[in-house]
Amino acid sequence: MSLTQPLTAFEKIWRDHVITPLAGDTALLQIDRLVLHELSGSQAVRALAEAGRAPDSRAQVFTIIEHLISTRPGRGPLDSVSVSGPAMIGGTREASRRWGFHFIDYDDPRQGIAHVVALEEAIALPGSTYVCCDSHTSTVGAIGALAWGIGASEAEHVLATQTLVQSRPRTMRVAFQGRLPAGVHAKDMILALIGRIGAAGGIGYAAEFAGEAVRSLSIEGRATLCNMAIEFQAKYGFVAPDATTLAYLHGRSHAPRGADWDAAAAYWLSLAGDPGARYDHEVSIDCAQLRPQITWGTSPEQVIAIDGRVPDPSIQPDAESRLEAERALEYMQLSPGMPLTGLPIDVAYIGSCTNARLSDLRAAAAILKGRRVREGLQAVCVPGSTPVKRAAEAEGLHQIFIDAGFEWHESACGFCGHIGDDRFKGLRTISTTNRNFKGRQGPGTRTHLASPVTVAASAIAGCITEAPAGGA
Amino acid sequence: MEQFVAVTGRAAPLMQINIDTDQIIPARYLGGTDAKGYGAHLFANWRFLADGSPDPAFILNRPPYDSAQILLADRNFGCGSSRERAPKALREFGFRAVIAPSFGGIFFNNCFRNGIVPVSMPIGQVRAIVEIVEASAGQAPITVSLEACRVTLADGRNFGFEVPETLRQMLLAGVDEIDLTKSRQAEIDAFRERDRARRPWIYIGPAASP
Repeated sequence: MSLTQPLTAFEKIWRDHVITPLAGDTALLQIDRLVLHELSGSQAVRALAEAGRAPDSRAQVFTIIEHLISTRPGRGPLDSVSVSGPAMIGGTREASRRWGFHFIDYDDPRQGIAHVVALEEAIALPGSTYVCCDSHTSTVGAIGALAWGIGASEAEHVLATQTLVQSRPRTMRVAFQGRLPAGVHAKDMILALIGRIGAAGGIGYAAEFAGEAVRSLSIEGRATLCNMAIEFQAKYGFVAPDATTLAYLHGRSHAPRGADWDAAAAYWLSLAGDPGARYDHEVSIDCAQLRPQITWGTSPEQVIAIDGRVPDPSIQPDAESRLEAERALEYMQLSPGMPLTGLPIDVAYIGSCTNARLSDLRAAAAILKGRRVREGLQAVCVPGSTPVKRAAEAEGLHQIFIDAGFEWHESACGFCGHIGDDRFKGLRTISTTNRNFKGRQGPGTRTHLASPVTVAASAIAGCITEAPAGGA
Repeated sequence: MEQFVAVTGRAAPLMQINIDTDQIIPARYLGGTDAKGYGAHLFANWRFLADGSPDPAFILNRPPYDSAQILLADRNFGCGSSRERAPKALREFGFRAVIAPSFGGIFFNNCFRNGIVPVSMPIGQVRAIVEIVEASAGQAPITVSLEACRVTLADGRNFGFEVPETLRQMLLAGVDEIDLTKSRQAEIDAFRERDRARRPWIYIGPAASP
């Protein structure tokens, strides 16, 4: 490789973290940040202690109570709908204090879903390697970090060494060309991409999101894109740092200050891909053609435009794909050719690391203002972080949600995954979350994924409905 | 790591696309910090009827597949949540290898730390194995050799596969991955000395004492 060979942003960040190359395409990588939550993190911490080891770089480890803790207003320190929640919350709390990790407890004003907090607190920084025992860790690629989910054993390895053995992925560039039409949001962009390339389309790739529509997105919108990189199995999903990134990070808790900021900012901007850098795979999406998206099946790849019709399994290219589509239709209780618009729903859920940041709540509130959700429908909002919740309350958004008939909860992972609360059992849900897997939100729960405005408009109508393009 | 050199055993075909880790072990069974106790909940929503009894129609409830050591699946096996209880549940049930066209990346990495080899092979080769398994009513032995990076069928046909070389060597030797990394501490320290000068903002101070 000559010195002048142009590099992608991924190649630069990878290069700057290789401690030593190992066999084949693997390397021992420096890990800049480890974040643990009480579900998987408690396992890693316990395994480390049982092996008689101690953390290597405790100042680079953060723990956040967010996965199993209740979202109930007035919740206590061990409240959880999971039977094992109290033990895991208590164990994580105790270990965090004992080891001296940066610890954000359930009642800390910084608390929230780890991937939301990581951006708000600048725990993740551009060009850093960032890992967490959670598949949606890719979210923090929004500010140009290489961020990925790991298992508890890998987390134990990071705790003990602050390093990981990783295989180098190939590079993919996803260019969202042109401007987004009114009423089309980051969630629609990423669902449309997954519909196009499939839930396995990113296996073995580091995906860089680029193009005019991505550059125009706020960090919050970029977070929605990167959040669902794991839903097409990209190893990393990120947006190279730019002026928007710097403006977002400046002054945040763990962002550098003074001369360090200046040096960091120059380094971060230097990470953008060089002109002429080659990618192993390129995908281009014409944003002018995008429509609001909604899933019909049990994989995020099973998605259509909101005014489309449920596809016939016979169009699938092979027998297994046809069977997969048939199984999804059976579970979702849908038929080929039917429209989704007008389909009655039982639950509207706004929450999760995908779509519960302040801009999401504002967009939903613009639809909900002065209206009521359909009688008999369960409508729930769980803000992505306590700072999001407080900021929304300062703007009066909570009153709009409550007046519209939404429950207004404390922040946590909440009802994105089923950890023991059966309240959505057997119901049809429209949700701002990231997974429509069978049983994901409860036994027999049928989840349709969509953007916050589509969920809000559908909550009012009581059925799947496209939001008015201009908001309210 | 639990050592893996080669395994010869029965295979169970579960030829579905996008089998996610919520299906492999539902979230409600993830509680506790115990290292074991997950095999009983493997594929819980598919294996058991509403009354909790085994569903006789599900392949892993039927002999000889209930003693299979190799699982056959379609693409993107293990997508979804990062839960390491997914490979733990497979291992406790008795599986030592999963053969599929592709895997969710986090699950793929987790397998190696739980004594399971994830074998990626083209769908045509996976189907060839399924055919020989079904033609023998599940009795045909399949050999997965990590040493040779090869899957061998009873009729002598065999297919090569690739896994990350570093992970392969670790699994073949059954090494403790943390001990191995710690043996490179001098290189790690040298890297960090350079890195601190270059990226000082990464090396933040410890948490303030509560």
